[in-house]
Amino acid sequence: MKIKNKTFRQNAITYAMVLLFYLICQGLIMSGNMSSLMKGLMVPICYYVILAVSLNLVVGISGELSLGHAGFMCIGAYSSAIFAVCVDGKIPEMAELLLALVIGAAVTAVFGFLIGIPVLRLRGDYLAIVTLAFGEIIKNVVNAVYVGVDENGLHFSMKDSLSLGLSENGIEIINGAQGISGLPRTATFTTGIILVFITLFIVLNLVNSRQGRAIMAIRDNRIAAESIGLSVSKYKMMAFVISAALAGVAGVLYSHNLSTLQATSKNFGYNQSIMILVFVVLGGIGNIRGSVIAAFILTILPEKLRFLSDYRMLIYAIVLITMMLFNSAPKAIAWRKSIKERFFSGKKAEAGKEAQ
Amino acid sequence: MSSFLTYLINGISLGSVYAIIALGYTMVYGIAKMLNFAHGDVIMVGGYTVFVVCSTMGMPPLVGILAAVIVCTVLGVTIERIAYKPLREASSLSVLITAIGVSYFLQNAALIIFGADTKSFQSVIHVPSLSLMGGQVTVSGETLVTILSCAVILLALTTFINRTKTGQAMLAVSEDKGAATLMGINVNRTIAVTFAIGSALAAIAGVLLCSSYPVLSSTTGAMPGIKAFTAAVFGGIGSIPGALIGGIAMGVIENLSKAYISSQLSDAIVFSVLIIVLLVRPTGLLGKQIQEKV
Repeated sequence: MKIKNKTFRQNAITYAMVLLFYLICQGLIMSGNMSSLMKGLMVPICYYVILAVSLNLVVGISGELSLGHAGFMCIGAYSSAIFAVCVDGKIPEMAELLLALVIGAAVTAVFGFLIGIPVLRLRGDYLAIVTLAFGEIIKNVVNAVYVGVDENGLHFSMKDSLSLGLSENGIEIINGAQGISGLPRTATFTTGIILVFITLFIVLNLVNSRQGRAIMAIRDNRIAAESIGLSVSKYKMMAFVISAALAGVAGVLYSHNLSTLQATSKNFGYNQSIMILVFVVLGGIGNIRGSVIAAFILTILPEKLRFLSDYRMLIYAIVLITMMLFNSAPKAIAWRKSIKERFFSGKKAEAGKEAQ
Repeated sequence: MSSFLTYLINGISLGSVYAIIALGYTMVYGIAKMLNFAHGDVIMVGGYTVFVVCSTMGMPPLVGILAAVIVCTVLGVTIERIAYKPLREASSLSVLITAIGVSYFLQNAALIIFGADTKSFQSVIHVPSLSLMGGQVTVSGETLVTILSCAVILLALTTFINRTKTGQAMLAVSEDKGAATLMGINVNRTIAVTFAIGSALAAIAGVLLCSSYPVLSSTTGAMPGIKAFTAAVFGGIGSIPGALIGGIAMGVIENLSKAYISSQLSDAIVFSVLIIVLLVRPTGLLGKQIQEKV
């Protein structure tokens, strides 16, 4: 009972934090105290938080390093953008966004499942490199594909837009490397925050559920977990697919925040995956609230520290290395322990004196 | 036919570079049991060193190559000492993230030092090209030197590992770290030597790569690095002849798919090969089967 209360309190703090952030920002926007630059950052903060939380589910809770998270974001963004162009002007905006979110999440979940089948058979370094490979494949394929729509349905081609064979009133949706243009910019800060809440709700509940404990048991000792009858592939797949679908949701938010969607190495490539990983590592691997805070700070900070913009990536790299050394090196752990002990034993001694 | 032959020879040349890089991966993976993500970026550092020494300072090519080898060796050992050694007993996840951090650090440091614009690299290889089949197929000097150096490096490395004490120590550490320590082998020193050799090879690979593909940017090494890792996995990680076979296979696949399928999708095809190899034969062509113990 006590433990349950404790997790409830911890989760409540996380939710309250997000709510407080929303209220403050809305207050600033309403009173006109927020610069347009910061206003433009509100939706990005939301999708980065979703990405960080969802990646933490795989890296922290499931214990597998995925380097292709931006690829899933790419799938979500493109599938929802195709849908948005197809139905543009035919259904109301809110309904479009809602359906786009469902479609983006569903398509990404399917891809997450298909990619998960081969990926989750591997372990450790191999798994990481294969997720990286999948991320790059997705980006490459999306850049080489042409999609159009007319009254006969969707047309695909890998060559050029002419070989689509569209009829006269057909529209070209994906124009190879030029991407998708003419997207509705319907994503708002409020929808973003609602999606952050949904993401947190899903992930936090999963972590504290029977399934979540099974996933963590597999992370801590695969063989032991298997021997007590947990299905390793099932639970790993569960974490992987949920994480992918949430990244897809972030992608939908991303695509609905832009009028032109292109897949470059900056937004859907390896660099983006690394940046999400930096959020997770800085926030603390396995700590969901940490991911939220880290994603928030690392999205705001670069804008506030413009003069450091050249060094931003370098600083990220140093953050990654020092965080890992500080948190995982046996010597660093021992050193931290000794500091803690000295601190606490000092306190104890004082307490002892007072008692006398 | 002659164009096919040209693609094939160019593929073998590119594959030789991959093989030299893959040797670094394979040795480090075999001995330290970690994926040195920063290996590809050491190649880039080697390329920039030659660029600075030869193009900017106007030194002869041989000095440039020597400088690159020295810089990369020192860099490799330093990386190992600072970033990887403290994490030797830590989980593989933290080691891998640290390695990614190092790779990211090198890329962005180069970006700040040399700027975002790509540099055009002047080839340091001055060997006349060879024409075959009555002038139908021309093999450039760079290609010849690349293939030749790969063969020389492979022979030298095999001899080193089989004939010297340090080489035998490396084999012993890769077999069983604990037993090697009991036999009086200095494990830390052996791992440092492995990193030094791997990084020196990366420097040479960097020179060869930039001579054949004369553009230099901060991400020059990233893709070849990943592809060479693919090659190492393909050939069986930990195996030196495997690195050669895997590297050449990768280079040929990449060049032929670029020529006959799609240049845009060639990376995707190379990565698909990696995925298929890992699924069908995770230990690679020449790798050892590892039994899992409880």
